Amino acid sequence: MVHLTTEEKAAITGLWAKVNVEETGGEALGRLLVVYPWTQRFFDTFGNLSSPSAIMGNPKVKAHGKKVLTSFEDAIKNMDNLKDTFAKLSELHCDKLHVDPENFRLLGNVMVIVLASHFGKDFTPQVQAAWQKLVSGVATALSHKYH
Amino acid sequence: MVLSATDKANVKTFWGKLGGHGGEYGGEALDRMFQAHPTTKTYFPHFDLNPGSAQVKGHGKKVADALTTAVNNLDDVPGALSALSDLHAHKLRVDPVNFKLLSHCLLVTLALHHPADFTPAVHASLDKFLATVATVLTSKYR
Repeated sequence: MVHLTTEEKAAITGLWAKVNVEETGGEALGRLLVVYPWTQRFFDTFGNLSSPSAIMGNPKVKAHGKKVLTSFEDAIKNMDNLKDTFAKLSELHCDKLHVDPENFRLLGNVMVIVLASHFGKDFTPQVQAAWQKLVSGVATALSHKYH
Repeated sequence: MVLSATDKANVKTFWGKLGGHGGEYGGEALDRMFQAHPTTKTYFPHFDLNPGSAQVKGHGKKVADALTTAVNNLDDVPGALSALSDLHAHKLRVDPVNFKLLSHCLLVTLALHHPADFTPAVHASLDKFLATVATVLTSKYR
C-alpha cells in the first residue's frame, strides 16, 4: 500500500495538470518497446515495430499508449486506494493478457524518464520521488490480483 | 547482452555532448536516487546526504569519471573498470539491485538536461551501456 504525503500528492497533481496525456502515453509505450524490445511480445497485432522510428510513429502504439496513460488518470484521482481502483485491470492483465508484472515496473520507470525529458528542471528530485512512489504503487496494485 | 557498434556510437556521441557537466550530473543522479529510493542511503552512513552536500557532489564526480572511462573504452569495459570491479566485490559489496536504481536516476538526469539528444534509440543504448557497467562492477561478487 503506497502512502503519499500531502506534498507528494500536490507534486503529482501539479505536474499531471500540464501533461499531454495522448502524446506522453504514446511516447512512454513507444520507448518501452524500443528500450526493452522483449516487451513487443504482447503486441504482435500492432504491425510495424521494426525500428525505433517505426515504433514511435506506429498509430496503434500511440493509441494504446493513450489508453494506458488515461487509466493512469484513475490512479491520480484515487491515490489512497490504488488496489481497488486497479482490481479489475489486475485480473485482466493476469487472466487474459498474461503480462508479467515486471513489465509494469519497466513502464513506470520509462514514464518517469519521459516526464523528466518534458519538464526539465521542474522535475525536481522531490517531484521525481513522489512519482516513483506512485508508479510503484500502480505496479503493485496491478499485480495484486495475480494468482 | 552485447553493445552493438550503433550502441557504442550512440553512447560516445551523446557523452561528448555533456559539455563537462558529467560530474554535476553524477551528483544530481545520486541526489535523486537517495530521495526516490531511500534504501540506497544505507551505503552512505558516513556522508552528509542533504541536497547540495559537498560529499555527494564529490562522489557524483567520481561516478561520472568512471563512466567516462568506460565510454572511452567501450571495447573493453571489464578491463577498463577492473579495479572498480574488485573494489565493489571485496570492499563495498553494494547489493546488485542498487545499480539499477542508480542507472535509472542517471537516465532521468540525462534525459532532463539533454531532451533533444535523448532520443529513443540513444535512450536504449545508454540503458544497455549502464547495464553493462553494472554487470562489470558486480562480476566478481561470487
